[in-house]
Amino acid sequence: MSVAAETGIIGGIAAKFRTCPATGLKIDIAAQNLIKANAVVAIVFLAVGGLFGLLVALTRWPAVKILDPDLFYLVLTAHGLDVLLVWIIFFEMAVLYFASAIILNCRLATPRIAWLAFILMLVGAVLANVTVLQGESSVMFTSYVPLKAAPNFYLSLIVFAVGALLGCFVFLGTLVIAKDEKTYEGSIPLVTFGALVACIIAIFTLASGAVILIPTWLWSLGYIAHIDTVMYKLVWWAMGHSSQQINMAAQVAIWYAIPAILMGAKPLSEKVSRMAFLMYILFLQLASAHHMLVEPGLSSEWKVFNTSYAIYLAVLGSMIHGFSIPGAMEAAQRANGYTNGVFEWLRRAPWGNPAFAGMFLSLVLFGFLGGISGVVLGTEQINIMLHNTMYVPGHFHATVVAGTSLAFMALTYLVVPLIFQREIIWPRLAKWQPYLFGMGAAGISLFMMGAGTLGVARRHADISFSDATLSFDYPPAAFLMLGLNGMAGILAAIGGGLFVVIIVFSVLFGKKVDASNIVEALGPMPQKRVSDAVHKHGDSGTFHLPGTYILVATFFSAFVLYYFVNWKYLSELWQLG
Amino acid sequence: MAKETIESDSTDKSEPIPPMQRLLDNHFLLLFIGVVVPTVLYTLWGVMELSQIPISQ
Ligand code: HEM
Repeated sequence: MSVAAETGIIGGIAAKFRTCPATGLKIDIAAQNLIKANAVVAIVFLAVGGLFGLLVALTRWPAVKILDPDLFYLVLTAHGLDVLLVWIIFFEMAVLYFASAIILNCRLATPRIAWLAFILMLVGAVLANVTVLQGESSVMFTSYVPLKAAPNFYLSLIVFAVGALLGCFVFLGTLVIAKDEKTYEGSIPLVTFGALVACIIAIFTLASGAVILIPTWLWSLGYIAHIDTVMYKLVWWAMGHSSQQINMAAQVAIWYAIPAILMGAKPLSEKVSRMAFLMYILFLQLASAHHMLVEPGLSSEWKVFNTSYAIYLAVLGSMIHGFSIPGAMEAAQRANGYTNGVFEWLRRAPWGNPAFAGMFLSLVLFGFLGGISGVVLGTEQINIMLHNTMYVPGHFHATVVAGTSLAFMALTYLVVPLIFQREIIWPRLAKWQPYLFGMGAAGISLFMMGAGTLGVARRHADISFSDATLSFDYPPAAFLMLGLNGMAGILAAIGGGLFVVIIVFSVLFGKKVDASNIVEALGPMPQKRVSDAVHKHGDSGTFHLPGTYILVATFFSAFVLYYFVNWKYLSELWQLG
Repeated sequence: MAKETIESDSTDKSEPIPPMQRLLDNHFLLLFIGVVVPTVLYTLWGVMELSQIPISQ
């Protein structure tokens, strides 16, 4: 039985609450319903977009080539839109409402506007899909001018963005309410702070989107005669890449939240973690410039400042989080009694809990595959070897699929019992799901990067160039890479499909959760109780973390080695003398 | 065993709040910084450079 809702009058406004049996937090029913709606729509679009992704991967597998070139570009456009935009941003809205109303123990600001935001986003997402499937808008999600899509394509993105912007304002409004109504003391909790950073980046992203998409829409309608291609690209990437930085901040907030809930992990130093988030606010969005590295019209000063100086400071922020999060887990596990040797804390972590396993895999895969390859791509000199090759989708599948999507999946395993108040229906299957999806995602990332290193172009249906006048032969290893990519794509699709099925069935048919089974419903936990660390302040208070130091040293060695290997490749590209 | 957790909730009310914490607690100032910095360093600087490219005759 779920806990009955009670009505509370706060600040003169009536809001309905229930008390969470696990955390004791008051949960605003309006926020709860909005989290449910946004999460459900996100997952539906993940299913649709993931299917498109599988079709794309199977087309790029030379032995299979499932789609003809026209359809390939249509499906690729739909894939990019549905997963990168719709799945991720709908889920981010759920994260924003969770990190504000739920963690701050307060009511959500203007639920009606939040519903309006939801409807606008849904209308935008459906319109975008219909328009792309009609076939006149296969311009891929970057829609570089002078490629022209149907006007509804741009309109759908504008409507979606306006909705998302409203959602961000609801989040900010909720922070104001929580402060006014004193539902927290001092600073907002770290996880909410991470969500705030995501929201700030989202506002810059969406504003840049408006600046570029509104004129492009007018151009597609014939009201504007000309849009400069490079200018378009510059402003478009202020939106296109910054939207990835929203993911970054949101996923880091989730990396802090899950070990806090399951293990009672507190950051090693809240001050340092907050400073790392400040680095994101200052520098992360400048990373957009690495999409412009081969444009001749921009100076080296602009390129080097934005991609090297600034972005290295943002990467420093990420590395601080990357050290702090396993460190926080080690400190918590040692405090939980797992003190033997260097790695008992890690061995005895709740690997059978899909929330934990997904979170940890996301952290490791993001760092080792996405982070390192991102620094390589963001270096002006090395970028020239890899620009517009399959290496680029390889890199960003490591960040947005293995990193963000897996982190979002991990959080969902806690959202289902906490917010939907349902048990996960097939816990044994759920236990394996993050590993399957993680392996598939790591596979597509690595094999696409491998193909890119061999020069294979991104966004191309047929690397054998069967009907081209001038032929070109890629090395046989490139064909192998694309074949392996197809197989890894199947694995990722099975893992992703399993996630969708488990969550949909859990929400519809899962056993109801109440005080008697909530702890069990959250999966294995070292302390067998839900920790309240996620909405409290405080540091873990120890730096005795030998295991974490070894993990960090391993990461740095891999980073340095791989970075220099790429410089070596570059030095061999043009032989002198 | 880890040292006892430091709870910042229990800070002395008379203790002045450090400037950095005041910045981090000022969410709208952070929003301002987060929008202005990339707008100036990425977008405006970039647009200025691109607009100086001569148009072909
Ligand atoms: C079953 C899982 C997935 C598979 C097998 C897959 C596979 C692929 C492949 C093969 C490409 C084409 C690369 C090219 O030819 O240029 C691609 C592009 C892309 N994928 Fe995925 N993907 C999957 C999931 C995702 C997810 C979850 C996201 C985002 C969160 C994502 C974002 C993208 C984007 C943005 C593109 C680029 C589209 C473009 O170039 O316009 N993918 N994907």
